[in-house]
Amino acid sequence: MKPSEALRIAIEAILKNKVRSFLTMLGIIIGVAAVIIMIAISAGTEATISDQITSLGSNLVFVQSTMMRGGPGQAASSGLVYDDAAAIQDGVDGVKSVVVEQQSSENVKVGDTLLEDVDILGTTIGFPSVRDMELAEGRYFTEQENQDKKKVAILGSTVATELFGTQSPIGQYITVGNTKLAVIGVFKEKGTVGNTDFDSRVYLPIKVVFQKFTFNPFARFMGDSIRMIYVEVDPQADQAQVITQVQLLLAKRHDVTMDSLDFTLTTQQDIISTQESTTSAFRSLLAWVAGVSLIVGGIGIMNIMLVSVTERTREIGIRQSVGATPADIQMQFLTEALVLSIVGGLLGMLVGVGGAYLFGALSDMRTVIQPASILLAFGSAAVVGAFFGYYPASRAAQLDPIEALRYE
Amino acid sequence: MTAHTIIETHDITKIYGMGDAEVAALRGVSVQIRSGEFVAIMGPSGSGKSTLMHILGCLSQPTAGEYILDGEDISHLDVAQLASVRNRKIGFIFQSYNLLARTSALRNVTLPLLYNHDRPLSMQEGDEKGRLLLERVGLGERTHHQPHELSGGQQQRVAIARALVNDPVMVIADEPTGNLDSRSGQEIMNILHELHEQGVTIVMVTHDPAIAKHTQRTIHLIDGLVAEVIQNGRHHEQEQTEAAHETV
Repeated sequence: MKPSEALRIAIEAILKNKVRSFLTMLGIIIGVAAVIIMIAISAGTEATISDQITSLGSNLVFVQSTMMRGGPGQAASSGLVYDDAAAIQDGVDGVKSVVVEQQSSENVKVGDTLLEDVDILGTTIGFPSVRDMELAEGRYFTEQENQDKKKVAILGSTVATELFGTQSPIGQYITVGNTKLAVIGVFKEKGTVGNTDFDSRVYLPIKVVFQKFTFNPFARFMGDSIRMIYVEVDPQADQAQVITQVQLLLAKRHDVTMDSLDFTLTTQQDIISTQESTTSAFRSLLAWVAGVSLIVGGIGIMNIMLVSVTERTREIGIRQSVGATPADIQMQFLTEALVLSIVGGLLGMLVGVGGAYLFGALSDMRTVIQPASILLAFGSAAVVGAFFGYYPASRAAQLDPIEALRYE
Repeated sequence: MTAHTIIETHDITKIYGMGDAEVAALRGVSVQIRSGEFVAIMGPSGSGKSTLMHILGCLSQPTAGEYILDGEDISHLDVAQLASVRNRKIGFIFQSYNLLARTSALRNVTLPLLYNHDRPLSMQEGDEKGRLLLERVGLGERTHHQPHELSGGQQQRVAIARALVNDPVMVIADEPTGNLDSRSGQEIMNILHELHEQGVTIVMVTHDPAIAKHTQRTIHLIDGLVAEVIQNGRHHEQEQTEAAHETV
């Protein structure tokens, strides 16, 4: 039998049973579409994250404590302190600005409205610039207000809405923990970067945080603990050299060796790579899940093909009686399985591309359709069809013609 | 016309099952059928006539014995080779027509051409041949009808056209009128007679003596053995006598 005739017979057989053929293909359609959509979602997530990180500016270096400073009795050095920032600013060449961050978690209250465990971020005046935050209304605090420990706060947009609804919070007072603070500004919506929701935080002068929320009675001797220092490197400076200078300076200040640093330095690039590796793990997990649904689709094809072989036993007997060899019969059913899975694969491609596009348009998640995922999904559909079509086709080929002709 | 031998079997046996469950369907059958003959195989159920038909039709192999079809020893062919022999040399007509459902008369007739690996006709040539054959059995106007749109007699005529499409050396008809009313049955027998007169070798399995009488001779099987061979004396007296001498 010529392949063209095998194809014609397969298409005729599929068209004779439209509903069943469609249901058979459905598994493959869903599988292929799932692969494409899943990969588009994870690629979209990845793109969003790297966009956000890049938008911070590529010349930021993050210095983070590996441990927090506690009371006396601990090792001489244990983490970053507030004065480290000034030391970096003064002692390292090629530093444009330095910003410090310390965090706490407190209940926030306005009248009867209570928000529990809100992130309180103490920071310095350079913060809006390094983290690309813009004010929606009001103003940011000044260096003087920080030094004077003025009880002022700037709200993230979500917090502002939750506390004050549509009213302007400017000039209103909020109670953070036991401290009353005046709201002087509200940030524009920023969204979530990494794991941090920038809109659900309250921003305070860092010295207020030291005094009220992360108070340490030994700070006079050991310095105030901080979570992170942002070092903005001068675009003309050599970033690697700045990093080394910061390491040497802090190692000396903390009295630790370069092998046992109590802080870590991360560049923008490092964060992007880490994000990429986690999202690519996420992506392959999704692809595997989708792949499983493809295999399930293939089992569906096998199932229906087995039923079809039984149902068409008489037809097989007739074909055998007029001279179809086992190879002819095998080819007929294998071709049918392949056509089903390839047509299913094509439909799945359309559904997948359309679905990914719609999903991206209708949800707040971004989707990026990967051409490679389309080829991958379609290729797997064909392989699945051949693999799961083989067994039913062999069963058909091995039927005894006399038995097959007797089959009612 | 010097008729050569188409079918020659020597001591064919067919045993089903194994060990204690063994059943001998054929216990040593030797028959000879010459080119152009019209022969009936008769016998009560269980006599082995279906088994013999299956072996003569190359649908199964004898357990022992020799079967030479058109000069080719087919006793040792494998499944694929048997299929090829069926395709090239044998045309089947079944009691229940065995047409492909939801497939036009023409596609049914040309079905065996699909599996003819030796001399593939083009689609057009095949369709032309199919149309001629359908005209020959009086269905020239119904080439695109599907089996369910045809009467039993018409379906059987499609089956006859299908049996002839690869120019077989013999046609095997298994109770060809069994499912038909007497008028349609008569039409089918008339077509078989015409084919016979045109020189087609026909082996017909039947349990109906009235139908068997249409043939030149009847081979009676009982209990897996040839019980007797009866000359029906309707055609070609001369050849029948010769054939009888050569047949056990």
